[in-house]
Amino acid sequence: MFRIDFNKLRFLVCDDNPHMRRILRTLLHSFGAREVYEAEDGATALEMYSHYVPDIVITDWAMPIFDGLELAQMIRQPESKGNPYAPIIMLTGHSEKRRVTVARDAGVTEFLAKPISAKGLYQRILNVVASPRPFIKTKTYFGPDRRRNINSAYMGPERRVGEKHEVLQQPSLLDKARSTI
Amino acid sequence: MAKNSARDIEIKAFATHQIITQPNPLRSVLRRVEDKDMDDPVGRAEQALAGLAGEFKDWMATEINRLSAAYVAIRHDGFTKDRRDELFRAAHDIKGDAATFGYPAAAGVAESLCRVIEHAPDLEKVPAELFTHHINAILAIVHENTKLDSISVSAELSRRLRKVADDYLADANRDRPEHLEVILAPSIAPAG
Repeated sequence: MFRIDFNKLRFLVCDDNPHMRRILRTLLHSFGAREVYEAEDGATALEMYSHYVPDIVITDWAMPIFDGLELAQMIRQPESKGNPYAPIIMLTGHSEKRRVTVARDAGVTEFLAKPISAKGLYQRILNVVASPRPFIKTKTYFGPDRRRNINSAYMGPERRVGEKHEVLQQPSLLDKARSTI
Repeated sequence: MAKNSARDIEIKAFATHQIITQPNPLRSVLRRVEDKDMDDPVGRAEQALAGLAGEFKDWMATEINRLSAAYVAIRHDGFTKDRRDELFRAAHDIKGDAATFGYPAAAGVAESLCRVIEHAPDLEKVPAELFTHHINAILAIVHENTKLDSISVSAELSRRLRKVADDYLADANRDRPEHLEVILAPSIAPAG
């Protein structure tokens, strides 16, 4: 079995709704997190991201000033002085296929549809902690590898070329640990 | 938390892209423990969430007041981008929060309202009753929620409003196939 030492993790939570921030704070503290920073809009979150250097960002999508999607895009700047690699969990009421795809293409690491559950949030955090994906940089994208499975028949316009293997086989930390059992 | 330095980051360049790998910067927070030492963080969090339940009624009241105020502003002064966005965010928050607060039927009605706001070609041409029926339904569901016999009525109300809204959107977007496709697409978000 594996345990996450939440007390070593620093979270940044971004949601304009104070009730949802309270729920998230409650859940994260119950998991064992001590450092949970909160922002109520994307602009403040970006400032706090630079200042506090969180390990994991949890953000809503729909917010005033600039939204969670724009926040993800601003974090995922490969040339930025900050950390462009931090896992981003998008927690949102949006649940349409189009939205999930847009979030993925903005560099979001995990997508969690509301209503929130303790189990759903824990699993997304476990995913980003134990199974990080390599980052991909193309002319139009910088973010975690968007491939989740092997599809050798895929012939879409954004197919990557030049790799010996079409999908990078990267066993996750969790898989490696499991294999030692 | 230890961060990787630039020299830990490995970049492989290919014809169309780069693959960037680095040692997992969060590896130090994952610990293997014996089963007997495993605690239950999810159960602990669910208990903590249940401890907030006493506040959910007040929180829901705040949410529906915000929705009502957003629509009153539109009735008085018409749609602007800011007023439209505020109405959408208020409905969208209820869509996301209401089930957690114990009002799943209200979440369904709020979702239907979000779809109308998002997909109607011209909000000024949407019948006012379509907005007021949704908002009044959310108010009624929240106010009557404690009555056991109202639960099935709430679910039926939510279902019928969604049907009315979807019929309106299908007709209003009959010449916009790309919108129709989005409207008719099922939700694929991973379940919590």
